[in-house]
Amino acid sequence: MYQPTLVAEKDIMEALELVQDPEISTVSVVDLGMIEGVEIHDSHVSITMLPTFLGCPALEIIKKNVVEQIQSVAGVEAVEVLFKTAPPWTSDRITEKGQKGLKAFGIAPPPKHFTEDGSWHVDCPYCGSTYVTLDNIFGPTACRSILYCKSCKNPFEAMKPISNLM
Amino acid sequence: MSTNAVEMTPAHKEALAELLFQLADDDFLLSYRGSEWLGLAPHIEEDVASSSISQDTMGHAKMYFGLLEELGYGKIDDLAHGRSAKERKNSILVERENGAGYYMETPRYDWAYAVVRNYFYTLAKKVKIDSLKKTTYQPLAEVATKVSMELFYHHIHWRTWFTQLLSSSDEAKERMNKAIEGVMADFGDVFSYGNASQSFKEFALIEDATVLKQRWEAALEEVVKALHIESPIIQQPDRNGRLGEHTEELDRALSTLSEVYRLNPSVPW
Ligand SMILES: [Zn+2]
Repeated sequence: MYQPTLVAEKDIMEALELVQDPEISTVSVVDLGMIEGVEIHDSHVSITMLPTFLGCPALEIIKKNVVEQIQSVAGVEAVEVLFKTAPPWTSDRITEKGQKGLKAFGIAPPPKHFTEDGSWHVDCPYCGSTYVTLDNIFGPTACRSILYCKSCKNPFEAMKPISNLM
Repeated sequence: MSTNAVEMTPAHKEALAELLFQLADDDFLLSYRGSEWLGLAPHIEEDVASSSISQDTMGHAKMYFGLLEELGYGKIDDLAHGRSAKERKNSILVERENGAGYYMETPRYDWAYAVVRNYFYTLAKKVKIDSLKKTTYQPLAEVATKVSMELFYHHIHWRTWFTQLLSSSDEAKERMNKAIEGVMADFGDVFSYGNASQSFKEFALIEDATVLKQRWEAALEEVVKALHIESPIIQQPDRNGRLGEHTEELDRALSTLSEVYRLNPSVPW
């Protein structure tokens, strides 16, 4: 008799680790904290994801990449990806591995603290200097800001802090 | 008490949809006006910043249209692009053109007007979003919580421009004051719910418009006081966008922004 292969959550998570941010090849959607839930019913897999920013144009690409990756897992017949806004994605969801991945790409991980007026500080991802200035809170993508390191004279980007306090 | 779409009466659902159309149309039109500034902002950093803000704002409109789609009011694309001016519930303020000229030809847009419109609108949006975090419709409360996090940066951005230009040269101050006057003339329906005030209250969708208006005035007063200028006064509008009363500027915007959509409405894009 035909026995369907059991789909293990571990295999799904491993597959998700392979789905990169379309613009930052060193971090996965898991590292970014975008995965909120995985449900497996026999051969059907349903993934709940949290958008980093609501107007992020990469969401559709990410969704497509997740579907393709999960479909390649043995035993999976159908994949569904749902975006939810609750709980809201916050920048503290980025894992330690994700923070390392961002740095490797020249992007400072989001700061853990910011003051009431919205100012915050990160160190240069290249040389570690704290002698940096904020050039533009709005960067090339919704989730990033542009900074400049006065020590090594490199422009760099940082992930914007996004928090429940905002 | 929170509610979901299933247990809603028709009157309740209608009130909710009315609110969602007001919110969606406001963000949608302002985002469109913002996108017309692309490549024209005073400097490259500002071009990056304001286009990022417009992109976020379009994302917010999409969320509200998405909630309307869930309630059975049609597809997001049709709601955004397929509705006539008469069906639009946005305030007059957001439909106004950026200045003289057409952006494909020789636009002579007014940056002072952009700063004042965006700052005053963003502050009003912040007041509304704070109230919507406590709305009885849970999916909307969730969207408001997320929008609030992005709005935090928009608000700081426009407040910075506003205070800096008003602390700058005499010419800048003069142009800013003129812009404040223009924005105030159109601000009357920003804090209006059209004919829906009673039903919004009945279903506890959002606080009273008068209360929100007072909060907006109080927040703005603190900022203008430090700049030694008088508190702007909202003028009575001669038309109310929430009732579908609009200007020709909205007609022109709709005909431009829905051009691609109208070629073939059945194609998603
Ligand atoms: Zn450095």
